[in-house]
This record gives sequence, C-alpha cells and structure tokens, in this order.
Amino acid sequence: MEKISGGDALMRSLIAEGVDLVFGYPGGSIMPVYDRLYDYQDQLKHVLVRHEQGATHAAQGYARVSGRTGVVIVTSGPAATNVVTGLSDALMDSTPMVVITGQVATPFLGFDAFQETDVVGITQPITKWSYQIRRAEDVAWAVARAFYIASTGRPGPVVLDITKDAQVGLTEFAYKKCDYIRSYTPYPEIRLSDVERVAALINAAERPMILSGHGVMISGAEKELAALAEKAQIPVAATLLGLSTMPSDHPLYKGMLGMHGNIGPNINTNRADLIIAVGMRFDDRITGNVATYAPQAKIVHIDIDASEFDKNIATDATIHGDAKAALQALLPLIDQRRHEEWLKSFDEPARVEYEEVVIKEVHRKNGPLTMGEVVNNISKATAHKAIVVTDVGQNQMFSARYSRFTEPRSIVTSGGLGTMGFGLPAAIGAKMGAPGRTVVFYTGDGGLQMTIQELGTIMEYHTDVKIVLLNNNFLGNVRQWQSLFFHNRFSQTPLLNPDFVMIAQAYGIAAENVNSREELPAAIERMLANDGAYLLNVNIDETDMIFPMTPAGADVDHVMLNATETYPLDK
Amino acid sequence: MEQQLFTVTVFTENQAGLLNQISVIFYRRGLNIESLSVSPSSIEGIHKFTITCFSNRPMMERVVKQIEKRIDVLRAFLYTDDEIVYQEVALYKVPTLQLLDDTCVEDVIRRHSARILEITRQYVVIEKTGHPEETQALFHELQKYDIRQFVRSGRVVVTKSAQEVFSMFLKEQEIRKSTTDSAATGS
Repeated sequence: MEKISGGDALMRSLIAEGVDLVFGYPGGSIMPVYDRLYDYQDQLKHVLVRHEQGATHAAQGYARVSGRTGVVIVTSGPAATNVVTGLSDALMDSTPMVVITGQVATPFLGFDAFQETDVVGITQPITKWSYQIRRAEDVAWAVARAFYIASTGRPGPVVLDITKDAQVGLTEFAYKKCDYIRSYTPYPEIRLSDVERVAALINAAERPMILSGHGVMISGAEKELAALAEKAQIPVAATLLGLSTMPSDHPLYKGMLGMHGNIGPNINTNRADLIIAVGMRFDDRITGNVATYAPQAKIVHIDIDASEFDKNIATDATIHGDAKAALQALLPLIDQRRHEEWLKSFDEPARVEYEEVVIKEVHRKNGPLTMGEVVNNISKATAHKAIVVTDVGQNQMFSARYSRFTEPRSIVTSGGLGTMGFGLPAAIGAKMGAPGRTVVFYTGDGGLQMTIQELGTIMEYHTDVKIVLLNNNFLGNVRQWQSLFFHNRFSQTPLLNPDFVMIAQAYGIAAENVNSREELPAAIERMLANDGAYLLNVNIDETDMIFPMTPAGADVDHVMLNATETYPLDK
Repeated sequence: MEQQLFTVTVFTENQAGLLNQISVIFYRRGLNIESLSVSPSSIEGIHKFTITCFSNRPMMERVVKQIEKRIDVLRAFLYTDDEIVYQEVALYKVPTLQLLDDTCVEDVIRRHSARILEITRQYVVIEKTGHPEETQALFHELQKYDIRQFVRSGRVVVTKSAQEVFSMFLKEQEIRKSTTDSAATGS
C-alpha cells in the first residue's frame, strides 16, 4: 500500500468526514499540516482568522446554524492556549467542534520545548475528549473517533493534539468512519416504562408547562415539540439557547425563561403543577434560587445526558434519550386537552410586561435611542427571518428579548460561558454555515473590542455580516448591576472608545453612525440592502437597563419591572 | 447533609490520561480523595479504579455520573461500606533491636493476624491486611517500638451483589456493537 504523511492523512480524513471548511491559523508546530493543506485547497477551504480564539468561535457559529461539526486547526503553545475559551464555551453550549492543535515532536515532549504546552492536560476538563496523536498511523483512527464523539449524543468539543513527527511520519491510509465506541453510548435506547410514566404525569396535569432548550434544536425536534404542545395545549417557554425552537408567534409560545425572560413563564414556573423540561439543564440563570424553584410542581426531565438529571433540580420522572425520539415515543400516549384557564393565566403578566416594560423600551417618542427599539426595528425589517448572533451582556439580552423568530436555528449566543468577544467571529462562522440567510450580529462596545481583529477576516472573505453595535460607551450590563446592587459606583465600566465607523472603514467595511430615532429606519434599510458587511454604530443612552429582571439567586417569580417596582404592581 | 465514606469503582478503557480526568471531577467539587488504587482488572484491556471519598450521597451520585460521562470510562459505581467486601494492606518498618528487646512481639503479631515479611539486622517489615481501623490499631501498638515507616495501600473491593452488573454491561455493549455493525453493512 502507498504510504502518505500524517499531514496528508489528516487532510484526507477531514475530507472523508465531509469537511469542506476549516478555521485556522498556522504556526511552527503545525507547518507540515499547512504544507499539505496547500495541495487540498480545492476541497478544503481554509479561513484565516486573526486570532485563534476567533477560529473557535467562528467554528461554533458555523456548527450552531448548520448542525455540522466546526473544525479548527492551530499550532501549539500559545495558539493552543488561545483556543481554551472557545473549547470551554462549546462544552457549556453543547456545540460540535474538532480542534486540531500542533504539538512539538515526541522526543521533545516534557522538555519545555519552544511553544510546548500540555494541551491534553489543559483541555481535558473542558472538552468531551482530548487526545494526543503521536504516530502518523493513528491519525485516521483518531480523526474518525473525534468526529463521532463531537457530533453524536450531546455534542461537544474534541481536541486532537498532533505531534510534529506524527505530521511528517509515513503511514498507510485507509479511512473507516467510527460508529461504535464500547465505552460511549451516544443514543441510549428510550425505555417505554419511562415514557409511560411521563405520559401519565402529562395526562394528569392541570397546569403543565414545557421548557424547550437547546437540545430540541440539536435534535431537530421542533415539529415534535410543537405537536406535543398542540395536542395537549401546553404552553411552551424557551431557554436562551432554545429560542427559535418554536416560532415566536405560535399561540402556545409564551416567551423566554430566565433572568431577563418574560414574566409569564417565569412566574408561572411557580404556579405550574408539571414542568416538562426538554433538552435543557436548569441553569442558575433559569432557576434563580433552586430551593424555591417550582416546589409545587412535578418535574419531568427529557435529556440525552443522564448527568443532567437531578443535578440542579430534583426530578419526578425522566426520559433518557434524544429529544426527537423521546417526543415521538411520547406523543401517541398523550391525551388531547385544552387547559384554557391555565393558558389564559399567561395573558395578564404579558399585558403588564407590555405596558410597563416593552412600550417604554420600543415605542419611545423622544429621548435617546434604546437597545430594544433598535432590535425591534431590525427584527421587523428582516421579516423575523434573520439569524441573530449576539455578544454577551445587555446587547445579548435585548436581542434575545426583542427579536422574533420564524425559523429554527436562528440564535447563536454564548449562553453557558457568557463569553464577551464571542459574537463577531461567531457571526462570521454563522454566515459561512448558512450563506443563504441574513446574519445580524448585535454587540456592545465592550465585547466587540475583545475580538475586533476579526474585522480583518470579514474583509478578506467578504463575509456579509450585519454588525449592529449598541454603543453606550459603557460595560452596560456590569453598569446595570452597579446601578442596582452596588450603589451607582461605576467601577471600571466607562469606556473611552475609538471611532468605530472609521475602524470599520479602515477594513473596507461600510459603516455609519445612528444618533437619533429619525435616522434609524433608513439606516437599517441601507445596512440590509448593502451588498456585503455593514456596521451600524448606534449610540445608546448609557442609563438604558434591561428589564424585567430576576436578580441572581432570587426566587424565579421575583420579577423586577424596573429599578424600584416588582411584579405584580399594586394598582 | 450527612457525610460518610463512599467507595467509587470505575472501569475504564486502557487509555492514557484517565486518572487526570477522574481526579479533576473530585477536585472541581472540593472533594478530597481519601484513597485511590488503580490496576488492570480481571478483564484484559480494562482498568479498574477504586476511590474512597467522604461526602454526601447526592454529591457522590453527581460525581459518579460525571465520571461515567468521560468517553473512555465504561462504567462507574457508588458503594457504601455495607455493600462491599473491602480490604487494604499496611506495611510497618520497625527497628529490629527494639522488637528483640520486647517479649510480647509474638502476642502482637498473633492478635493482629499480621505477618513478618523481612528481618534484617536493622529492621523488620511487618504486614497486615484488613480494614483501616485494624491496620491503624496495629500501628498504635507498634508505635512503642519506634516505627520508622508505616504505609497503607488504597482499598480493594468486591461487591456483595449477587449480580455481576459490569459483566452484564459488557455483554450489552457487545450486542450494541453487533447491531451497529449489521446496520452499517445494511444486513
């Protein structure tokens, strides 16, 4: 059999896995791979990012909108440590990603060689699997295993740390995709007894509520979720990452859960008699104080990851398995119900939220622009069809709250890790993963500057990303907490900012400032009509705060309407 | 919540780096590992970790699930002492002269069912297997002889269960493999 180098084997393995796009950055210990890549460019498009962290977030954005595994190639040492944030983010948010790091040659391992770092040791706790390839013969096996692990079950990031001698060593090559690992059961068989138990609880419930999480999207179970909700007339609330699993205008969709979610689903969490959680993990931003979280309700938890059961919230019944398969098994056993009174109970909090929060945010007649009205206008101008990518902070919460969704897989945001700087590279990846869709990226002046170098990537690859900078010259979310909980002591939150329009223009990206309500609609039109990337620098009042708010650690039904009032109002 | 000693047994594939993966799961939750022993199991290619740790049941159940989540971990089990037969080995190095000067050495060895492994002019090595309280008791008694070294192994355990759960698990995986293979070949 013909022998090829480990680098060739890596290229052919990636192609065998259906990879046609990789995000990366070359360097010393990965140069043999980049040399081989030179000959495969017609099959493997390489996107040269401007910092390795950007490569990981771009791969995440790509994976989240396409469902495919994002691939990253970087060198050893500092490059490998630069991917740590993206790995951790991808693990928290269940994103399939394979990150290939170069490593010094095996004889130098452990001798503190130039650009050597213990990549496997560093990344084991923040990856689904992390493995060092030391021989060219192992490349095909390890790549096959990596893609299988990253993409199946609860998806997650995998690291392959490939030594330089493994890249240049010669090997015979025969690729066999991995579909079985003895110690790993990605799709557990759903137990009928569990399904029957859950069905009985749902059929007996008077006030059931479905919590739809990211798992629904990963599993592609949006239709099954809607079918269950419709058959038994169960209200549905989404987690941040579960946004767009049900269209925003569906009559049973009652809004977003969590710290800045909608009032109805949050307060009704503590009025429901049954919580049906699908593909979500009861994050503390959802639950608030776990001791007072839905004590009156039975808890049903459907998830593919058994370690999530009883981790944060004790369950009464579980279905361990893929969300789509679980919902399909459940549906025939569910009785048709109406739950009219219960469904109606979401109306009053929705009315109060609209009058006390939404109107004041999006329908102001005068005064400075607000983040909510910018998002609201853009959502309308895109017919609620865009992919919404966010950074982290107020921009994230406003864009999650005021965007409406008509299509699944329309939100890309850093939920679990809350990574500032995630958004810009993630938006690049999202556009490359869904080139036919409009990608709107909401960011703040803080987060944008954490990965602003990726404007260079947008320039180089002509990536059509609409950047909406909600600029208040402050680290707004921290400012909000300082304002509410730290006596207005704005410690290190004001930012002296550059002229962002000039920066964008320096990268050849069209850009403009928006300072007033009157300018906004036309500016949005110009941005969306522009053939290519666009930066809208919208100057926002620094005092704008995101409400409603359930403070960290408070009871889930303790909802602040503004800095001084809580729901319900005494009127 | 009630703290007690738990024993976790973990069966893994023979892959490098598993000890690190397992130990960080304890560390991250602020748990100290009391004892640890790692060795090849009776099944070729499968390693067995036996870990003891003081904690409460809900915490330990979470830990076990997190361990099982690691790709190369086959299964992990949680036990309290009443569910297992367990044993550890202790070695005691005592100066020979001190022992010779005492007439009750035979009595001590007999009462503790200990044995003498080596005698040199300088020192004697005594071995005792048992539960930690038992090896500790002998340590207390030998202290008057000016003990030079005292070491205890980690725990080894077998379960009292009538069913061999792990063997059943391996059989289930063989079935899963054969169904995966037949699905792949379309037969």
